[in-house]
Amino acid sequence: MLDPGQIDLAAMRARHPGHFGGARRDRSVVYVFGGAFGLLLLGMAYLGFFDLKTLSGVGKLWDVFVLMVPPEVESWAMFRLYLSGLIETIAIALLGTLVAAVLAVPLGLLAARNVTTSRMLTFLTRRSLDTIRSVDILIWALIWIGVVGLGPFAGVLAFATSDIGSFGKLFSEAIEAADRKPVEGITSAGGGRVLGVRFGLLPEVFPVLASQILYFFESNVRFASILGVVGAGGIGLQLSEAIRVLELKQASFIILMILVTVAVIDFVSTKLRFALIGKRGQGSH
Amino acid sequence: MISPIAQLPEVQVRPLIAAYAAQVRARRLHTLLMFAVMLVAVGLSCIVAEVSPSLFFAKIGNFTGYIGRLFHLDSGALVITDPVEWYWGFPRWARLLGETIVMAYVGTALGAIGAFFLAFLAAANVTQSRWLSFAVRRFCEFCRTVPGLVFALMFVIAFGLGPMAGVLAIAIHSLGALGKLFAEVVENIDSKPVEGVQATGAPWHVSMRFGALPQVMSNFVSYTLLRFEINVRESAVLGFVGAGGIGMDLFEAIRKFYYSDVSAILVMIIVTVAVIDIFTGKIRHRLIGLVEGH
Repeated sequence: MLDPGQIDLAAMRARHPGHFGGARRDRSVVYVFGGAFGLLLLGMAYLGFFDLKTLSGVGKLWDVFVLMVPPEVESWAMFRLYLSGLIETIAIALLGTLVAAVLAVPLGLLAARNVTTSRMLTFLTRRSLDTIRSVDILIWALIWIGVVGLGPFAGVLAFATSDIGSFGKLFSEAIEAADRKPVEGITSAGGGRVLGVRFGLLPEVFPVLASQILYFFESNVRFASILGVVGAGGIGLQLSEAIRVLELKQASFIILMILVTVAVIDFVSTKLRFALIGKRGQGSH
Repeated sequence: MISPIAQLPEVQVRPLIAAYAAQVRARRLHTLLMFAVMLVAVGLSCIVAEVSPSLFFAKIGNFTGYIGRLFHLDSGALVITDPVEWYWGFPRWARLLGETIVMAYVGTALGAIGAFFLAFLAAANVTQSRWLSFAVRRFCEFCRTVPGLVFALMFVIAFGLGPMAGVLAIAIHSLGALGKLFAEVVENIDSKPVEGVQATGAPWHVSMRFGALPQVMSNFVSYTLLRFEINVRESAVLGFVGAGGIGMDLFEAIRKFYYSDVSAILVMIIVTVAVIDIFTGKIRHRLIGLVEGH
């Protein structure tokens, strides 16, 4: 073993300057994180985190929590009401996702650079899809409520419009990433353009698209459970009512019901997705 | 011309063709069955969700009319012609939008800090106890499955109307989402540096600090920035339930049919979100380049 005293530190330092005090990059990292943390504290002060009122709110938070347990349901009729709200939620998510997926196919083709030759057209389609995407689902729901009135139909339309933006983008990416060789193979074997799309492009693109649609369905069920807060149908109506009148035990029961439903749907749709895309998709999840 | 492909005798070909036909038939049946199940589900959903095409086509004019009115002032002129009138409430909206961004920032940062510590407890390869890992995972799942708006509704009861409730809702939702992503990042690290540090006799937290942290930091930051983008969008609507930010004014404008105000606020939100997306996207690409450059 080397005795530290034997090492000529000055010579070592001269030979390997990088290993001594060379933490300049580390120091910049410290500055960045320190700055971010300082901003965090400033932001918290701006939002009133350090006020006395907030501290009393923490105590009230505990009261709210105590009021929530145990979850219970008032009567069998209420349970049936919640159950129908839940089914409505799933129906809204399913229909909204499907309508958006169907409408997004032509838009996805328009936005794909290898299908649409006009740069201007792809650019405009992409920007419109971006704009649609950056408007939140709740805002769409409010707009559609103004058009077709309160109820689940407004929720369906809200999902249909808001998901077109996401689907259009994903579809165009899937189409752009598709391998052209199967299509060329079919063309070289004497198949026409339609056959090329049917047997060359579709088998490659369809599983990817279908799995994306399923994935969106999963997450849309979660979002659909809050649409009722603004009056667009589903379990959110009962949930927000229960919270507003401080029936918190009922509220936690509804939340539990949502959690179980989401877990079941996640399980089924994950199985379906793996069946569709095989082991390939497992890595990306 | 004689075909160069050798033909099998009829006796051998027939069972092969039959097997092929049976397989094709089975697949077709499978596809048809899936299609039928889908149709039934859609039909039932249409009934449950009160879908009514006649109502839709009767009222679709309202939608295009609505979009049209968004771009007209009360006087009937296009909004572009009089930006001062269109953005009459700009100072107030800018302040609220600023509050929205601060809410998203604080919520994301708090969630990321929590997720940072939870990730090392939850990751299966470095965890100290299976049960702890299981519990942390379920906790994260709970936090991200309950919608942020529901948390916001609860917190409004405790903290009253204001940004505090929104920030906490965002923080909890981010904690759940980032906790899962961070844990997956930690599970994918190279275990050799960790083992190397452990071999020197270092305790667990030291081996995480010098063995695991350098490997995961850039991914953590990248995911956090991505979450920040999402949270800016989310915090813009938290005001719908009174949890602070620009959402309160937007909600009021939509409810009271102040068309030009709705479009003014929406344009502000869309531009802000786009700018933040571009900005964080640049940083993320820089980070990825930094990692690959090593």
